Amino acid sequence: MTLPQAKQDATEARLSDLDLPEGGAWVSEARKDALARLRQMGLPTRRDEYWKYTRPDTLTQPQAPSAQVFDHGDEAPVFDAVDRVKIVFVDGVFNAEASDDLALAGVEIERLAKASTLDLHWARDLYGVLEARGQTPVQRPLAALNTAFAPDGVIIRVTGKATKPVSLIYRHQDSESDATMHHVIRLENGADLTILENGAAAARLSTVMEVDVADGASFHHVRAQGRDHERRAVTHVFARLGAQSTFKSFTLTVNGALTRNECVIEVNGDNSVAHVAGAAMGDGAFHHDDTVFVTHDALNCESRQVFKKVLRNGATGVFQGKILVKAGAQKTDGYQKSQALLLDGDSQFLAKPELEIYADDVACSHGSTSGAIDEEALFYLRSRGVPVNLAQDLLVIAFMAEAIDEIENPEISEDIVSRLEAWLERRRD
Amino acid sequence: MLKIKDLQVKLEEEDKQILKGVNLEVPAGAVHAIMGPNGSGKSTLSYVLSGREGYEVTGGEASLDDTDLLDMEPEERAAAGLFLAFQYPVEIPGVGNMTFLRTAVNAQRKARGEEELSATDFLKEIRAKAKTLKIDADMLKRPVNVGFSGGEKKRNEILQMAMLQPKMCILDETDSGLDVDAMKLVSQGVNALRDEGRSFLVITHYQRLLDHIKPDVVHIMANGRIVKSGGPELALDVEHNGYADILAEVA
Repeated sequence: MTLPQAKQDATEARLSDLDLPEGGAWVSEARKDALARLRQMGLPTRRDEYWKYTRPDTLTQPQAPSAQVFDHGDEAPVFDAVDRVKIVFVDGVFNAEASDDLALAGVEIERLAKASTLDLHWARDLYGVLEARGQTPVQRPLAALNTAFAPDGVIIRVTGKATKPVSLIYRHQDSESDATMHHVIRLENGADLTILENGAAAARLSTVMEVDVADGASFHHVRAQGRDHERRAVTHVFARLGAQSTFKSFTLTVNGALTRNECVIEVNGDNSVAHVAGAAMGDGAFHHDDTVFVTHDALNCESRQVFKKVLRNGATGVFQGKILVKAGAQKTDGYQKSQALLLDGDSQFLAKPELEIYADDVACSHGSTSGAIDEEALFYLRSRGVPVNLAQDLLVIAFMAEAIDEIENPEISEDIVSRLEAWLERRRD
Repeated sequence: MLKIKDLQVKLEEEDKQILKGVNLEVPAGAVHAIMGPNGSGKSTLSYVLSGREGYEVTGGEASLDDTDLLDMEPEERAAAGLFLAFQYPVEIPGVGNMTFLRTAVNAQRKARGEEELSATDFLKEIRAKAKTLKIDADMLKRPVNVGFSGGEKKRNEILQMAMLQPKMCILDETDSGLDVDAMKLVSQGVNALRDEGRSFLVITHYQRLLDHIKPDVVHIMANGRIVKSGGPELALDVEHNGYADILAEVA
């Protein structure tokens, strides 16, 4: 099938200034394959069904729209108090000085830029592989673009239970920067790892994280997307789950002009658990899109999608979530919940929950709502002496609680809650 | 303490007059009860005094210790010492009962220029008070009123009252949905709070609550007005003969 000319032209325009990064045989092959995939699909346009609610043009145009670097004042960065291995990227470029030694017992951490100089590497079995698998039944061309051109990222192999999280810190310094990073994570049987991600990263950011969770392994991911008001980001997480494994991902988003977070999960091993959650707060020029696709292809597995958004002053929230239960994936317990709290009449929430089920003994459901603050609850709190703005904030945090509860580490979840509280406090009338 | 003069109130949305000139004075330390048939305006009176939206005051005044109540926000009324025990306490998923109470106690203290209660002092106090109301640690931890039985919700209201130490307590049909034992427990909680400086306005349909919380004065409310006031015997009269005689008498 040939692409429409306009789409082909737009794709070639984007590619014209880009060169495939140099590298050894394994990575060059993967990058060339990704480029071929991309040319076949073409970059997304607003006419594509999957991009109906989110305009992709600023993500696909050759030049990244500039984004002012946000001044955080004296606020400590998120996760600052957590004992962790820090890996710092500034505008998408690894910064050795700001980073810790890439050493942690039971965990091998490498940079893609280094691993890619080799001719052979274990990551060849994953790099671009999970992404390619995630291209059907729905195309994700921006992920293929990332696989082809990402010059750096981390490659992590976990053989034991990591004693502390590995933390990817993305600093933004240049208002014109366009960052592309690609991470590959392999958890061997019974391994356990928490990955933290935070920071605005760049004016425009693309990340892909491919996570292979082997039998009995546990992967936790907590992400706080930076507060820069003008930054744009498209992120993809591709995960594959073995038997008795656990995958949990939570994302906090406050501010940002445009964020599209895609999460594609293949539940392939029996008795495994996949949870993906997000809490987003937007005020004004804020467009936030959670696009999730969970495929159940094993027995007795559980998946949860829990997304909460608080929107005001014309902010827009999008949720596209799908659960696909393949024939034979009996006893699947799948649930998706997407809710928006609209603090005024100018904001909007667009939700497209989907279930597609080919097994007959499953429990799958979805709930999607949007509404205003509960006036009854607000009056009740006020009647006990809680000032109206504090009462509102309490109800907003309460609304978010179900998503935040998906974070297992209490220290981290308290940190996340304190960010939400600070954000609300700054916006008090 | 509480002074209500010729209070007239209508529903904002329906242009329907509910209170048609209510006059009432509750002195410090007194317990007054309001009884009356359905639709007489009892609950409306409690909502208007506590500042709920949806009502328009078209005339008259209401004050607490000579401070105009009607101009204040609900939270200001609370800080001034007014407390409404809800007929239907609201469930608030996601907000822990304890967090809610500590926030309320400290917000009121702050509004009055008092020092906030430390976490330890608060914990000590709430544990002691919860115990007398047979409220267990689990109920304190759970989200406000979520999954509480009718009796638990009412006990939780009294716990809030005990923690907030208001001057003027309005109890809106606190007996509704309570079995005999629960009513006793709630009444004991209320009686423990009776004090020279604290007044109560007890709204109820039934005399039996007033067996436990003994009023000084009983008012009968009908059609948006207080039509008769008397001693505790008035409640017994209503219990035995219904409202018809009283209403006929004042018509």
